[in-house]
Amino acid sequence: MSIPTFLIISLIKSLAVIFVLMTAAAYSVWLERKVSAHIQNRWGPTKVGPFGLLQPLADGVKFIFKEDLVEANVYKPLYIAAPIIAMMFALTSIAVIPFGNWVEVGPWGTYLQVTDMNIGLLVILGCTSMGVYGVALAGWSSNSKYSLLGGLRASAQMISYEVSLGLALVGVLIMAGSLSLRDIVESQRHFHWNIFFQPVGFFVYLISAYAETNRAPFDLPEAESELVAGYHTEYSSMKFAMFFVAEYCSMVTVACLATLMFFGGWLGPVGGPPILQALLPVLWFCLKVFFFMFLYVWVRWTLPRFRYDQLMAFGWKILLPLAVANIVVTALIVAWKAQHAL
Amino acid sequence: MMVPLSYYLLLSGFLFVCGVIGFLIKRNIITIFMSIELMLNGVNLSFVAFAAQWHVLSGQVFVFFVMVVAAAEAAVGLAIIIAVYRTRETLNVDRVNLLKL
Amino acid sequence: MFHLILFLFFGAICVAGAVNLLVQSHPINSALSLVAVMGSLAVEYLLLGAEFLTAVQVIVYAGAIMVLFVITIMLLNAGKEEGSGGSRVAILLGIPGVLIATLLVGWTVLFHSNTRAVPLGALKGDPRAIAQLLFHDFLLPFEITSVLILIAIMGAVVLTSRPEAVARGPRRDG
Repeated sequence: MSIPTFLIISLIKSLAVIFVLMTAAAYSVWLERKVSAHIQNRWGPTKVGPFGLLQPLADGVKFIFKEDLVEANVYKPLYIAAPIIAMMFALTSIAVIPFGNWVEVGPWGTYLQVTDMNIGLLVILGCTSMGVYGVALAGWSSNSKYSLLGGLRASAQMISYEVSLGLALVGVLIMAGSLSLRDIVESQRHFHWNIFFQPVGFFVYLISAYAETNRAPFDLPEAESELVAGYHTEYSSMKFAMFFVAEYCSMVTVACLATLMFFGGWLGPVGGPPILQALLPVLWFCLKVFFFMFLYVWVRWTLPRFRYDQLMAFGWKILLPLAVANIVVTALIVAWKAQHAL
Repeated sequence: MMVPLSYYLLLSGFLFVCGVIGFLIKRNIITIFMSIELMLNGVNLSFVAFAAQWHVLSGQVFVFFVMVVAAAEAAVGLAIIIAVYRTRETLNVDRVNLLKL
Repeated sequence: MFHLILFLFFGAICVAGAVNLLVQSHPINSALSLVAVMGSLAVEYLLLGAEFLTAVQVIVYAGAIMVLFVITIMLLNAGKEEGSGGSRVAILLGIPGVLIATLLVGWTVLFHSNTRAVPLGALKGDPRAIAQLLFHDFLLPFEITSVLILIAIMGAVVLTSRPEAVARGPRRDG
């Protein structure tokens, strides 16, 4: 297709995806509050709208109107840049995530994905790697001891668990043979979901992802009882909201990646008229992502948190060898099958 | 539209020269280390540029090895910096000039 | 057309980042300019077709090595650096010398090197081809570099451990 058409379609897709992602992040806050409330035998937000569904809107308005306190001693440029960096990389990784199949509207057709890159999976890993800067710089530029400690702990934790995150996904790559996310999902057709072939990889990935997004039970860097609020102690109103949104966006990205790599992405029973055939895959994708977000909240409010040295020991001494062993076993099995197929 | 390879080589050379100048004029140990990383990055760009011209993929593979060696060197170098800071309480290379404290 | 525009844009970021590294007095600013240089170099690699290398540059160099630098700067609480004395001989001879050398080298590279123009994405470095090379032709350097990293890890741990902590032995709880 011609370049202007391509640009317009890409713009529409990008805007739609960003809008959906921000709404998903806002409503995952609602989900968290409701699910945590029911786990703790109380109601959660019920006043604002039916079932408290307008609560995120009220929270957004509150954040805009809150007083924006800026400490006198902060290192201004990085203090302002840190939440921007965190949010920028959290939003960028959604660009390579496929939501569905080929869809045609009139004379134009496009994949339901902002862009399909040959190295799509590595783009997501790169964005998680760069997201560490938001946390580290926020902690340092706030010029306070709680923030610095929280920032250092959080960044050390994130870079430790990034390694097992990447290695856990290598097992899936060996089976799929490509780094492009669309190809990985296509290789899981006919119910050959990777969860059946890579259970160890799935659990290592899930645990590493919980640690990577600083969520319970690995949320010591932002534990309220330990470090006031960790690296975002000195932030208020809109900048804090940006950290908050960045954290929930990265949770959504992790959930999307888990469904794509292990649960078959948008694959599921489809049929019926073309409009349904285009939308049903998106529905399956959203249901699976919703399951993972629910799992996130469930785990947070069920398990106690790790102590920091237990956390780091777990990441380096247990998860990393497990991920590497998974790669070795997967590679051996794939090579053996290839040899016997000849 | 083709870009002459010499543009890439000039960019690579500029990065390398900036790294050398930083190595020579800066006084903070960590900044000196960062200038070394800048030099290595300039060299990486040269490798990839020539690999693109001569269609030899080994150029890109060699960049891997440069990156790995740079990572190992950064890790050990920063460990040395931390050890020096613990004993001498300074990060200024001009002050680290006596063998005995 | 796009190739030249993209090259010039990201080349300008590289140049600005490199100069900013020299000019800034606080190491954290230099570190962040270096991250910007590495990011735009990743795009330059992509323009030359090395897609896997782009991802590795961002993940390893900008996302891990530079994070290590930033964490060290934060840990050691490095402040603004004091300038050195600066010698007049160095300035009098150095700056003209660098300018002349730059012009000479630039002129040679631009007009007298035997290089051609390259199209966009000249040599496609997809992961499969690079893996083929890395694990077949370059297997020995690969294995030696892994041993090198192992030695570096051990060295870093030993260098930063405090002697009294080593004498006490590993903690027995948890």
